[in-house]
Amino acid sequence: MTGSVVGVVVAHDGVAAALVRAVERISGVEGALREVSNEGCSPEELRGRLEEAAGDGPALLFVDLASGSCAFAARQVARPRPNLAVVTGASLPMLLDFVFHREMELEALAERVADKGRVATRVHLPTAPESDVDPTVPHR
Amino acid sequence: MSIRLFRIDERLLHGQVVVGWGERLGLDYYVVVDDDLAASDWEQELYMGGLPDGASAYFLTEEEAARRFRTLEERAGRGALLTRTTAAMRRLAEAGVLEGRAVHVGCLGAAPGRHRVLDYVYLNPEEAADLRALASLVGTLEARDLPSAPAVGLDRMVGESGA
Repeated sequence: MTGSVVGVVVAHDGVAAALVRAVERISGVEGALREVSNEGCSPEELRGRLEEAAGDGPALLFVDLASGSCAFAARQVARPRPNLAVVTGASLPMLLDFVFHREMELEALAERVADKGRVATRVHLPTAPESDVDPTVPHR
Repeated sequence: MSIRLFRIDERLLHGQVVVGWGERLGLDYYVVVDDDLAASDWEQELYMGGLPDGASAYFLTEEEAARRFRTLEERAGRGALLTRTTAAMRRLAEAGVLEGRAVHVGCLGAAPGRHRVLDYVYLNPEEAADLRALASLVGTLEARDLPSAPAVGLDRMVGESGA
């Protein structure tokens, strides 16, 4: 696969536009991502919007949810196209990584950005209030 | 009567249905009536991916749904019956299985030939005619995207469709 991979963010309501705008504001990279919303459109219309946004070259479709209308449309559009891949759980961490690695081969790039999204999910549990701290135990 | 929801929604098993309605009504099975989908294993798999844990789905043709309706109604649990089109729901009603039931219209999005009725309902003249016919065959027919949203009556739907 050669040439820059196009990124298309497809999501509910105004989520795609917000994500694309945020990536551009943070990275300074413009034009690498295109946005598609499912707002108010039929499944057929949504597939049309996606096909137009993806173009004919290699493209990676970033979907907000793993299921639902956006995911269905993305999977249906990508199915007959060997140069389209779909990544679900679209997030800023994966999109920020994507815009700097668009020259990569499509499959490897899809795996890479999906991993960026996975590792960006972390849990920080609440710490014990100060009064609960045992004063006899020294700090390490 | 274990089927609690009858809905026309071209997105079928999507978030509003399985989360918005499913959580509120405690739905644990879905009867999806669509001839094309009933013949497509890979698309069924796609839709199954959107179901919450423990929920199940039947993908039936219109003929199968009409024939098996009573059996589906008698199974345990709480179900929803979904069609992608107004015509499919109308044909089910004409088969005599929806008498007295509350049917609502969910997502029918913008498409060529359709006129906007509500933010989530766009209708073409044929669909408006389907809804008029359907209304005479079921208990109630309203548009409603989510349980928390106000229901919109048939007069407003077909009256503003340009049909």
